[in-house]
Amino acid sequence: MIQVKRRNSFYRIITLCAAFLLTFSTSIFAQVDAAAGDAAAGEALFKANCAACHKLYKPATGPALYGVVEKYDEDYEWLAKWIRNSQELIAAGDSRAVATWEENGKKIMNSFEGLSDADISNILAYTQTEKPEPVVVDAAQDGQGGGGAGVSNNVILGILAVVFLLLVAILFLVNNTLKRFAQAQNIELHQEPKGRPIWKAFVENQFLVLVTVILLMLGGAYFAYGAMMSVDVNQGYAPIQPIHYSHRIHAGSNEIECKYCHSSARVSKHSGIPSLNICMNCHKSIAEVAPEVQAEGVEYGVDYNKEIQKLYAAVGWDEATQSYTGETSPVEWVRIHNLPDFAYFNHSQHVSVAEIECQKCHGPVEEMEIMYQHAPLTMGWCINCHRETNVKIQGNPYYEKIHAELSKKYGVEQLTAAQMGGLECGKCHY
Amino acid sequence: MSSNKKYWKSVDELEGTPLSQTLSQNEFVEEIPTDEFLGDKTSLEASQTSRRDFLKYVGFSTAAASLAACEGPVKKSIPYVVQPEQIVPGVADYYATTMADGFDFASVLVKTREGRPIKIENNDMAKAGYGANARVQASVLSMYDTKRAQGPTAGGAPVAWSDIDAGVTAALNSGKRTVLLTQTFASPTTDKLVEEFTAKFPNASHVTYDAVGEYAALDAFEAKYGMRAMADYDFSKAEVIVSVGADFLGDWQGGGYDTGYSKGRIPTKGKMSKHIQFEANMTLSGAKADKRVPTKPSDQAKVVAALAGGSTSGLPDNVKAAVAMAKQALAKAGSKGVVVTGVQDMQSQLSVLNMNANSVVMDAEAPRLTRSADARKLMQLVSDMNAGRVDVLIMAGVNPVYSMPNAAQFAAGLEKVEVSVACSMKVDETAEKTTHVAPTPHYLEAWGDVQIKQGEVSLMQPTIRPLFDTRQFQDSLLAWMGNDQSYYDYLKTTMRDAGVTSFNKAVQDGVVMTSAFAKAATTSSDTSISADAGMTTAVQGGGFELTLYTKISMGDGSQANNPWLQEMPDPITRATWDNYLTMSEADAKDLGLWFDRSTFFTEARHDANGGLNGHYAKVTNANGDTVIVPVMVQPGQARGTVGLALGYGKTAALQEEMQTGVNAFPLMQNFMTTQGGVSVEKANSDVHEFALVQLHNTLMGRGDIVRETTLEVFNTRDKHVWNPVPEVTKNHIEYEVTSPEVDLWDSFDRSIGHHFNLSIDMNACTGCGACVIACHSENNIPVVGKSEVRRSRDMHWLRIDRYYSSEDTFELDDTKKNDFSGLSGDNGSLGGFGEMEDPAENPQVAFQPVMCQHCNHAPCETVCPVAATSHSRQGQNHMAYNRCVGTRYCANNCPYKVRRFNWFLYNGNDEFDYHMNNDLGRMVLNPDVTVRSRGVIEKCSMCIQMTQKTILDAKREGRVIKDGEFATACSNACTNGAMVFGDVNDKDSEVAKLAENDRMYHLLESVGTKPNVFYHAIVRNTQDA
Repeated sequence: MIQVKRRNSFYRIITLCAAFLLTFSTSIFAQVDAAAGDAAAGEALFKANCAACHKLYKPATGPALYGVVEKYDEDYEWLAKWIRNSQELIAAGDSRAVATWEENGKKIMNSFEGLSDADISNILAYTQTEKPEPVVVDAAQDGQGGGGAGVSNNVILGILAVVFLLLVAILFLVNNTLKRFAQAQNIELHQEPKGRPIWKAFVENQFLVLVTVILLMLGGAYFAYGAMMSVDVNQGYAPIQPIHYSHRIHAGSNEIECKYCHSSARVSKHSGIPSLNICMNCHKSIAEVAPEVQAEGVEYGVDYNKEIQKLYAAVGWDEATQSYTGETSPVEWVRIHNLPDFAYFNHSQHVSVAEIECQKCHGPVEEMEIMYQHAPLTMGWCINCHRETNVKIQGNPYYEKIHAELSKKYGVEQLTAAQMGGLECGKCHY
Repeated sequence: MSSNKKYWKSVDELEGTPLSQTLSQNEFVEEIPTDEFLGDKTSLEASQTSRRDFLKYVGFSTAAASLAACEGPVKKSIPYVVQPEQIVPGVADYYATTMADGFDFASVLVKTREGRPIKIENNDMAKAGYGANARVQASVLSMYDTKRAQGPTAGGAPVAWSDIDAGVTAALNSGKRTVLLTQTFASPTTDKLVEEFTAKFPNASHVTYDAVGEYAALDAFEAKYGMRAMADYDFSKAEVIVSVGADFLGDWQGGGYDTGYSKGRIPTKGKMSKHIQFEANMTLSGAKADKRVPTKPSDQAKVVAALAGGSTSGLPDNVKAAVAMAKQALAKAGSKGVVVTGVQDMQSQLSVLNMNANSVVMDAEAPRLTRSADARKLMQLVSDMNAGRVDVLIMAGVNPVYSMPNAAQFAAGLEKVEVSVACSMKVDETAEKTTHVAPTPHYLEAWGDVQIKQGEVSLMQPTIRPLFDTRQFQDSLLAWMGNDQSYYDYLKTTMRDAGVTSFNKAVQDGVVMTSAFAKAATTSSDTSISADAGMTTAVQGGGFELTLYTKISMGDGSQANNPWLQEMPDPITRATWDNYLTMSEADAKDLGLWFDRSTFFTEARHDANGGLNGHYAKVTNANGDTVIVPVMVQPGQARGTVGLALGYGKTAALQEEMQTGVNAFPLMQNFMTTQGGVSVEKANSDVHEFALVQLHNTLMGRGDIVRETTLEVFNTRDKHVWNPVPEVTKNHIEYEVTSPEVDLWDSFDRSIGHHFNLSIDMNACTGCGACVIACHSENNIPVVGKSEVRRSRDMHWLRIDRYYSSEDTFELDDTKKNDFSGLSGDNGSLGGFGEMEDPAENPQVAFQPVMCQHCNHAPCETVCPVAATSHSRQGQNHMAYNRCVGTRYCANNCPYKVRRFNWFLYNGNDEFDYHMNNDLGRMVLNPDVTVRSRGVIEKCSMCIQMTQKTILDAKREGRVIKDGEFATACSNACTNGAMVFGDVNDKDSEVAKLAENDRMYHLLESVGTKPNVFYHAIVRNTQDA
């Protein structure tokens, strides 16, 4: 929950009054006052205007803004001037302004002339928001989701097992007791006559034996074939990566386009693992995830903030000084999709020319907390798709002539990749 | 991976008994007491480990190891931390740069992948006409040479650059007598820098040195035009070319004349140039000539004099007749005739320049600047050094201790030099003897400019960060001059001062046309030149006459550690990994250096698996310098002459495998490549084993393979006469083999989509072999080494077959074969075919590049038991390596013998310690082509990776492919226009037109394979003028 200082109905009335008065006589009654601000409205304004450079509790491009009102002794007039145009204030020789400017490395802050007094009040009110308790992630938890539910299931199962064991014991006892009764009463118990054991009958029937052996061999061959065919098929391969990178957050929650990071997929055979400078495009200003996201991390046993720190360490980003140290250590990602060397695959052919969704081969990446190999990546899998998929010819003059001629030859409306020659050995093996 | 598992080789090791511990320290501590142990029955029985136990452990270990191996390896992917803007992983970048190593000069494009240069291409924007020859194509591998100098040294010990600088500047500043001995840089900026250097240190002078110089030609040009340069020739304008001892299709005056020559050799509108060649060795030029006259070097000067109007007395009759014919042809051609010569004396060179004065072929206005050395200055330098008149010697890009004829004197002089610095890429023979070694980068890592031809400056730019701790010679000079500018800045300033408006544009294009650096002709020509001309007098007669030449593969030997070049077959002899004395058959017989043709009973010339053998000869020049070389009998070699290739026999900074051949430079007395009075005798009874890629010499009248006609017939007769389609009989009716009526196979419709064809014009092909190396480089072809080549296990996907005629012409061969009647007798085929195996004394020569013919009806495809090779709709014959099980049925069924088998694993194998066996050398591999493993067949794919890329680029950009976009590595490398690749379904394409040409025929057409590679028959201009 977001806690707001001195927030009660009295102040709300005052705010309302102020707002009322402001609408009529801005110049006379114009006043900035954090106490009169609405922190919730301020948060929205802060995110829209300030968050690119400022964070509440940590320095970013600009200094941390929590407690800024107290720092400048609630001098709202000065703060408003500074926010609206700090350079003007500095140019005017305001000593405090110059000091602040120099203190923060003489970075020029954008001017925000458009912010009304009320806006500034709201923003300042927001800057007084207390830091929320950090979400603690217990890394010892093995990342297995729904741990609590697992425990209760086990307990229930245990209890059930005990009950069944008891039942068995009781039945056994009852049976014994009844037998004893029967003996005591001299009642003859009915006994099954001992016939030929079934296995002997089976062994003597040669036909059955033959059929069974054949069936067993067929079955064995079937499974052996399956086992052989699965050699080096690494579907579901989800190795532990040096940095826990969540596609779920990036591609799912944040809806970042795949090719923003994997840009070379458009033009190259490789989709490309983004270089770390691409990560830093965003992560320069995202050093911590939102508390809600961090809370989601609990489910997976991941402290996302720590993972971002790993990125900083790798790229050599010093958060305190907001600068690169130049000491880098490239990240050794574990490659998930491994095609053998003798198979040539080109991403751009599929992504740019055929405009196939990445998900078609890579699965629901936007739901993957840990990236895994979705498709089997076997030749049969490639071929099947080539047989089923129509070539995307619309708006591509390259295909015009060949498609018209070939589709006439085959008597079809739409050619599949296979009909275009996509099954020829040398198209992928050279 | 299960890294914490413990594996053991024996139970002893598991238990840690002392024996195994000792063994693990030292494999052969002492003789293992097996006899003691195994001989003593009691101790054997008392042993804890019984045989059965042992087998159990072995079995268990093997099983465990195999199980552990089932787990796939973990592969890492490491992206850039900051990705350079212009690099996209998986997409190649091209940079224009210039090679200038003092011997080879070429404007090139460099293909880089992920920052690694992997291939050299021609720069079409360069007009100087120097295409990338085989050595330039291979130079990319020379950068990844493990034997390069990796950091500065002084007295053999590694030092810092500051130590080198301190040593050199101290000597320079104290005013010591300094000499800069450099290669020909042909670089305006370097020239300027050297001038500043010699101005700053008045005691310094500059001497240039070319390993294989053109002293006479330079002297003559200087005497006539007042500038030390060489005339440029555009042979495409020539109607008559008379060459006297000039292998202008090889390395004569820097080479690079084949492009223009080939243009003039393609018969258009009934005309083509006529080429007469007088020469001693069989050269590429001689092989292409319409008339080739074997002429001794001593006679060559007379031929030049006779052509210039002198008398022909003293010349053999056949030469006299040829001279008369040549004179007549030249007179008729007028300004379109040209005479070139390689005769090593100034008078001959001068008279050639005079004869060409009115020729449109010769360009003396904008001459070539790729050679500049002066033999007299070099001799002076050596004597100065020996007299102690040189204190500081700074060498750059030269290796005089290896390549000077008087290397011993030079080495002795070098010892008297106080401070000697070798700015070289390797610690070569010279650098080993200097006080300081300042390693220089490869040209692909350096900045520079080169004026190959006056008026056109080619730029050199780095395409990779220097692999080793090296510094450019020019940067070193700047440092020693106390100038803290980098050579890059210096170059930029020079260019800007010269009026090059956009340096970036110039670097991007690789060339800039500017006359700012034109050398001024000095009106008063140096009188010393003509005065001193006696030094290069014509070669004296008496004894044998030796012509030293450079091979198209090895050049001056500076790239000797390049396995591609070592394994590149010589276009004429087809020998790899060697140099040898070429000799005529008659002389060899006289000297007892001749092996009889191998028969069933004797296997002398060839051994059991076909390898060619040779005797050793001892060659002594007039000065008494001696080398012992193997002899190869060369058809066409002028009697009384011998030839020997330079550039071999190096030992320093060279891998053991590459230390091939013998060093012929000591025989080059007075810096003359022709030597008279040479004695040749049989050295010993040893037999030398050659490694040839082609063992048969002649066509034996099989006109199906090489079709040839004369210009006269070509112009006057119908195509069916001189280029007939073979016919076969079916039901007593003759059909052309191309007719579907006589075809075994069903035909497929190939009219839709692309259909690739490769056209090879044998008139334009000069056999230069640039395509062979380009193919190596593009397709990751392994190098197999000399002994494997000798077993015919070479892996070249593209070979250039050379055929001699057994009579004087191929036509006579055909006639002779057709005249055979019966088995024995005078015209019997039994003896007759045997005779036809031997080439004539002065045979005609034909070059024929052969690669997979990509037959539409491919015999290889039908016999593969696992369907590893199959045909595509686009005309390419595919080869799926991972499917191949190595039965080699396909290779046996291929009529063209173009399929190569991987007998061994050639990468990462210590037995084949070439570039694929070290991390540095592997950087040259093309990532788009599979590196093949042992036990599979491989062959030309028609560069499917390139055609596929062209198609993909067009698809991505949404456009139709234009003619000229499709290319293969060989067609790109061929600057002669001999190879044209394209889509025949595009009716307007060049290749489609070539396919309709009258000269077009298919190789072994009678087999009915319907290849997608076709040839253009040779036309020789034998018309008398």
